[in-house]
Amino acid sequence: MKHTISVLLQNKPGVLSRVTGLFSGRGFNIESLSVAETMEKGVSSLTLVTGGDDNIIEQITKQLHKLIDVIKVTDISETDNVEREMALIRVKAESTTRAEVLRIADIFRARVVDVSPRSYALEITGTNDKIKAVTELLKPIGIQEIIRTGTIAMTRASKKP
Amino acid sequence: MKMTGTQAFMQCLEEENVETIFGFPGGAVIDLYDTIHQQDKIHHVLVRHEQAAVHAADAYARVSGKVGVALVTSGPGATNAVTGIATAYLDSIPVVVFSGQVPTALIGNDAFQEVDIVGITRPCTKHNYLVKEAKDLVPTIREAFHVARSGRPGPVLVDLPKDVMASIIDFPVKTPVKMRTYKPTYTPHPGQIEKACKAILAGKRPVLYIGGGVILGNAHEELTDFARKLGIPVTMTLMGLGGFPGTDPLSMGMLGMHGTYFANMAVAKCDVLIAVGARFDDRVTGKIDAFAPHAKIIHVDIDPTSISKNVEVDIPIVAGCKEAMTQMNKWVDSREIDLEAERTKLAPWHDQIKDWKAKHPLGYVDETDIIKPQFVIQKLHELTQGEAIVTTEVGQHQMWAAQFYHFNHPRTLITSGGLGTMGYGFPAAIGAQMAAPDRMVIDIAGDGSMQMNIQEFATAMQERLPVKIALLNNNYLGMVRQWQELFYDKRYSATPMEVQPDFVKVAEAYGAVGLRATKPSEVVPVIKEALSTKTLVLMDFVISREEGVFPMVPAGKATTDMLLV
Ligand SMILES: Cc1ncc(C[n+]2csc(CCOP(=O)(O)OP(=O)(O)O)c2C)c(N)n1
Ligand SMILES: [Mg+2]
Repeated sequence: MKHTISVLLQNKPGVLSRVTGLFSGRGFNIESLSVAETMEKGVSSLTLVTGGDDNIIEQITKQLHKLIDVIKVTDISETDNVEREMALIRVKAESTTRAEVLRIADIFRARVVDVSPRSYALEITGTNDKIKAVTELLKPIGIQEIIRTGTIAMTRASKKP
Repeated sequence: MKMTGTQAFMQCLEEENVETIFGFPGGAVIDLYDTIHQQDKIHHVLVRHEQAAVHAADAYARVSGKVGVALVTSGPGATNAVTGIATAYLDSIPVVVFSGQVPTALIGNDAFQEVDIVGITRPCTKHNYLVKEAKDLVPTIREAFHVARSGRPGPVLVDLPKDVMASIIDFPVKTPVKMRTYKPTYTPHPGQIEKACKAILAGKRPVLYIGGGVILGNAHEELTDFARKLGIPVTMTLMGLGGFPGTDPLSMGMLGMHGTYFANMAVAKCDVLIAVGARFDDRVTGKIDAFAPHAKIIHVDIDPTSISKNVEVDIPIVAGCKEAMTQMNKWVDSREIDLEAERTKLAPWHDQIKDWKAKHPLGYVDETDIIKPQFVIQKLHELTQGEAIVTTEVGQHQMWAAQFYHFNHPRTLITSGGLGTMGYGFPAAIGAQMAAPDRMVIDIAGDGSMQMNIQEFATAMQERLPVKIALLNNNYLGMVRQWQELFYDKRYSATPMEVQPDFVKVAEAYGAVGLRATKPSEVVPVIKEALSTKTLVLMDFVISREEGVFPMVPAGKATTDMLLV
């Protein structure tokens, strides 16, 4: 099962290698990883997507928590959440397929961020599934390049007043 | 107060009540050594190899309960220390290792004797630091000691660039270390304590399975009290030996790969297993699904990652062993429990264990003309009244020491359990003797391991340490040979030690005393002479070469599948 884990950590030198070293050293895998600063100075947030059975996920969260620089670990998949990824896709767009590419972009609310006579570059955000769906549709037309971010995620606020 | 970084360093050590450090100098720490030279509060022990400095600091910590300190230079000094650090890491020993580093301006330039020791030791330290700015020096050292000794202890490395140590700083006033992200849990959850106690009382076949956490957490008294009160049989891991008196009628000795028949049988058949400060290591559990298959499992550990890592636990208690055992004793004491009746209830279980013990006691086949290693350990035990501090190297001799020197007190078996580091025992004996100058300290050694840190004779002689070495000399890398005998059709690949020094002469070359026993009748006189000699003595016991360690659970087999004597 896929799990999205959110980690708040102190932004000290080497902290990222403590996290990735933990994963490689213990044989856990990382499917995607994204790190950025938070509003608080010196604190970063890291979102990582990993897989494994319940025991493995339990070990991962505990081991992350054990790192001295880690402030908080949340398994976001356990909660109601919003997950997003972004992809930049350069797709072949010749006279016969230009309209088709734009139509697909429109359906998925992707933006055209670069245009050339033979290609379009699209920017698309959404869940991992949505990005997969777009790439599947664009593949037959001809994807020339694709750059993706890792997943970022946030727990939804309580709906109770 | 203004002072140099090196002076601040010494002041920090004083704050932490450090009396002894183990180290080896070099260019990157030459300023530090200059400062060490100008004071007399902290004693520096000059080792002959940096690995030994860390092992000695580690053993100093194991014996004294304080934090051990080692100091090494940059580059090769630091890399030589890595085995020592990993050894301390796997056994959760509080050690702070200070390494010199090239000046900050040169870091990353492949400067002379530069290595990224913080990167290298990241996976084998509890935490580590590179001090990049002079103002961080003192707070970092304070934090390092705090992290090393608290929670689940472990080694911490602090990398000290040369320019940082040479700079002038304002020594900050000491305030308690506060860390936002690190707050170990010591106090157990009362609900879990109650659940655990009820499960224990409901059991008909309970077993206490205790590990190094009991010793590190100073919980032996509370644990012994609990076991005796309810009459629960106790088995120890290698690291747990001494956490409960080995000669107590409730003691079943060690469990696991070379554990006793009755301890392994008792764990296999128990209905409640109370694990305290132990971590279900593969050398203990054997085949995991056959480990305590019928038992409700209670697990007390200060480290949440240890719980349910290898074996699914029914009642987890995240707490210090001392705090948890105190609360469990309190729970039992505060209820009107007829303890006599509780103990009587377990009589059939004790009878069963007695039967197992009678069927396959711990033993060996005695011979008249050749020295049996087990006999040597028994005699060592007898002639020291079981009161020595025993360090060991790694191999068969280590297991015989664990089996036949019935440890009655915590902090008296000093051995590399987790990493199994050959060459640990001799420098460890040096560290142990520094921590306990008035105790008898014996390194039970093998001929292979002895040669891995043999240079430390010089250190021990320089410090005038009366350490005793009992070398069980089988002229083999015996433990590996035993596996080859049992599982590789006796193909003794690279295990016979074809060239061997004359260990007696080696001892003498360093100015120590060397004694040799080749016949059983010589064992007791040699031990007696060694014990009454006030200097370093090596006893070379020429033992039966192909003796095996039994019982033995082949790797990956169920612990009930034991090869017996
Ligand atoms: C540094 C290191 N290298 C290799 C090993 C693997 N090993 C485990 S026991 C052993 C043999 C030890 O021989 P010796 O010290 O003579 O002890 P014996 O088993 O003969 O009592 C070896 C090579 C180890 N534990 N540590
Ligand atoms: Mg040997």
